Amino acid sequence: MEKAINNRAWFFVLPVLVFVLFSSLVPLMTVINYSVQDTMGQNNFFFNGIAWFQNLLDPTTDIGGRFAAALVRNLLFSFVVLLIELPLGVGAALCIPRHGWKVGATLVLIALPLLIPYNVVGTIWQIFARADIGLLGYVLTHLGIAYNDTQDPTSAWATILVMDVWHWTGMVALLAYAGLKSIPDAFYQAARIDGAGRWSVFRNIELPKLQKVLVIAVLLRFMGSFMIYTEPSIVTGGGPGESTSFLSLDLVKIALGQVDLGNGAAMSLVYNLITLTICWVFFTVMTQLDRRKDV
Amino acid sequence: MAWMAWNWYTAAFFAVIVLLLAVMTMLAVWRPETPRVGILRFPTTRGDRLFVSLIGTAFIYIFWIRFTGGTTMWPAAVLSVIYWGAMFRFA
Repeated sequence: MEKAINNRAWFFVLPVLVFVLFSSLVPLMTVINYSVQDTMGQNNFFFNGIAWFQNLLDPTTDIGGRFAAALVRNLLFSFVVLLIELPLGVGAALCIPRHGWKVGATLVLIALPLLIPYNVVGTIWQIFARADIGLLGYVLTHLGIAYNDTQDPTSAWATILVMDVWHWTGMVALLAYAGLKSIPDAFYQAARIDGAGRWSVFRNIELPKLQKVLVIAVLLRFMGSFMIYTEPSIVTGGGPGESTSFLSLDLVKIALGQVDLGNGAAMSLVYNLITLTICWVFFTVMTQLDRRKDV
Repeated sequence: MAWMAWNWYTAAFFAVIVLLLAVMTMLAVWRPETPRVGILRFPTTRGDRLFVSLIGTAFIYIFWIRFTGGTTMWPAAVLSVIYWGAMFRFA
């Protein structure tokens, strides 16, 4: 049957387009404009060529060194986050009951950290880690462990990592659980007939069936950790020293703290480009996996 | 509009982007195509190749500035043109 073509739907998309124009496109264009100009204030700009980018990409300058260090730091952070949260999330999902009243109770408990606003999560962990009144800091200090998240970089990293795991593993677990629930019982029955063990079932049935949701989980968690700002900004403020200054923390310091528009603009553009590229690679891999499976 | 700090260089850049999108839209309407699989090993349309070219050009420039200091930029431009050609021909 021939489908009627009706382009009226475009009008319904219009409000969103206008919104995106003012919330994303205009600011992005402004940032691009700032990135090639310098100003002496009073909205008087003059062309500065690629000088900001030269400054940013040269690791021997102040901004360049900070950017390179923050990039490495952030990639490492995202990598460790994925390394911990994915296996942990899948493991948790395997333990969630499949039937009865326990399902709802477990899911709500697991989802609780996801419902807490980012800055509240930061505040909770900031207090939790304090040696004088915080449970974690107090207990660790009294156990004789040298823990101080405001002075020792290792403690600061551990705190932020554990906080992120606490905050987001639930999401991975929920995604993985949804994936597990969608596996038909027939697969398990067939495995039982074949005498497959628990590991074999996981390796040959559950993991392949989870592939799609896991790619989504990787994408979401990578982006979340690569753009992380609020929690570390409250817990450590990027310190001690620069040891937990991730890209967005550094960017805010440069663009808003020092009102260094040119450097901030150049940095946010390169940052944006890296994020966009990684997003696109993930997206392409994801859709290709789908396509190959459907064929 | 003063706060947006307009200048001719970025205005020309945005104009070219808008022009490219317009041309792509018109091509899609009047010369529809089917995706093809090239050296990137996944099916690409003209739009995909344009996107890959734009992103790649940005990275060519970034790496050029990073490793040569960016005092002369024309070799990066030449590299980008070659890269665009390769993407549109083989991707």
